[in-house]
Amino acid sequence: MTHRLYDLAHARAGDKGNTSNISVTAYDDAGWQIIRDKLTPDVVLGHFGHLTKGPVRRYELPQLRALNFVIENALGGGVTRSLAIDPHGKSLSALMLTIELPGHNE
Amino acid sequence: MARDKIRIGCGAGFSDDRIPPGVEIVEKGDLDYLAMECLAERTIARESLDRTKDPSKGYTPVLRERMEAILPPALARNIKVVTNMGAANPMGAAKVVRQNAKDWGCRDYSCAVVLGDEVTDIMRQHPELPLMEDGAPLESLLPRMASANAYLGADVVAKAFSTGADLVITGRVADPALFLGPMLHAFGWAYDDFDKLAKGTLAGHLLECSGQLTGGCFADPGKKEVEDLAGLGYPLCDVWADGRVEVSKTPGSGGRLDVATCTEQLLYEMHDPTAYITPDCVLDASHVTFRQVEKDRVEFQGVRGKPRTATYKVVVGYFDGYMGSGEMGFAGHNALARAKLGIEVVKERLRRRGLTYEEMRIDLIGMNSLHGNNADLAPEPYEVRLRIAARTPDKKAAEAVGAEVRSLHMQGPTGAGGGINFGAKQILAVKSVLIPREWVKPEIVKEQAA
Repeated sequence: MTHRLYDLAHARAGDKGNTSNISVTAYDDAGWQIIRDKLTPDVVLGHFGHLTKGPVRRYELPQLRALNFVIENALGGGVTRSLAIDPHGKSLSALMLTIELPGHNE
Repeated sequence: MARDKIRIGCGAGFSDDRIPPGVEIVEKGDLDYLAMECLAERTIARESLDRTKDPSKGYTPVLRERMEAILPPALARNIKVVTNMGAANPMGAAKVVRQNAKDWGCRDYSCAVVLGDEVTDIMRQHPELPLMEDGAPLESLLPRMASANAYLGADVVAKAFSTGADLVITGRVADPALFLGPMLHAFGWAYDDFDKLAKGTLAGHLLECSGQLTGGCFADPGKKEVEDLAGLGYPLCDVWADGRVEVSKTPGSGGRLDVATCTEQLLYEMHDPTAYITPDCVLDASHVTFRQVEKDRVEFQGVRGKPRTATYKVVVGYFDGYMGSGEMGFAGHNALARAKLGIEVVKERLRRRGLTYEEMRIDLIGMNSLHGNNADLAPEPYEVRLRIAARTPDKKAAEAVGAEVRSLHMQGPTGAGGGINFGAKQILAVKSVLIPREWVKPEIVKEQAA
């Protein structure tokens, strides 16, 4: 069984230069255990690999059940010169939530 | 005038932010102060250009419309107002407001202007400064520089209010400083009481994007509901002299403010939560907790402050060529194949015209324009929209992109409809440097009726 991140957590994306940061906040403690253990920087980098080579850094805020991912080089050269239709990467929070995480036996 | 508690509202979170909720929070928010944040990273570069063409311009273009709606009711309620709508010309903004104030129905008021964030001369004197993005020297940008502005702190905002001003107009000031400034002024907090500075900074960080704290950028039908999103209200904070803060929103307005919206906004545009650097302090938000006090009212705790750094951050705006773009739609049988043929035709026509581009981006809207997924893996939609965008130093080459896309109407694959040529736009890009604080000389000027 896999877990859809979309079912476990909500997310918001922000921009600074060519770096996207995306927070992922679990809805409850059970979801928090899963994302804390399985939503690693490597998993996120793999999911965003067609957009950036990274690096990806992860910060933990357990008291908020939140992770903050800082994904470098993800915004097509930066908000001000990117050719992208969404130069701020506001929609990347939704890309994050399409990640599927393995269940206990996988 | 030491006070026990003040209430600060947010009246705008970006330059073209919606005005009606700003009026609503003035009328119903029972505010002491109103802060309006209207200056994104590069907008000041665009405003600098305006000022080059017309020395009376250079403030945020929407200034008149926003001030006409918000300033009269704010002054009538003795709400003090601070905004960075001065952009590249804070004094020019103050003069425009003064010229129109009577017609708008404003009572008499006093205005202070913050100057000194503009540092292009300092940039020219220090071409050796390393860019924060890539470490390269600033020198290469100087011939193309459009603007350079240091992010000033809350100390200058407080100083501006201490002149007795009802209205403070600034250029580049760190966004949270627009909120921390009133706190410094009202409570007389010491500028090295970093825990209090951090609390005020966090309040400002939460409020500065207006509706993003109150249910904007949040709703997901069936999953994360937001009551009356259409009537979204702007946020406010109650701050006590001891540094306690509660955030809330316009009474009776739509939207939602709770631990979930606060958590999302806490981490918005934040990298390392242990070290969020502002001109006033280094904020450690890594232990922040939120507590719902009542409906649409949240208290935060666990904020720590560390001493500010010895530098100001300067954002340098520079010309980086032109971007041209255009779109064309296809629907029905074989829509995707026709769109792809259209792409190849445009690229080949540009090539045969001898036009070259630094970078070209192809999107299939409906398939890969936002998340860049491989379009071959996606199910073929009923309709798809091709978009081509390219960057080049040559304005004519940029103009050709949208023109070639639009002409697919008549000279492309069958059934091409809804074409748009977005034309060529000059690109104003930004990079950053750090400079010693002592190089910058902020100045407070009282603006008087002529």
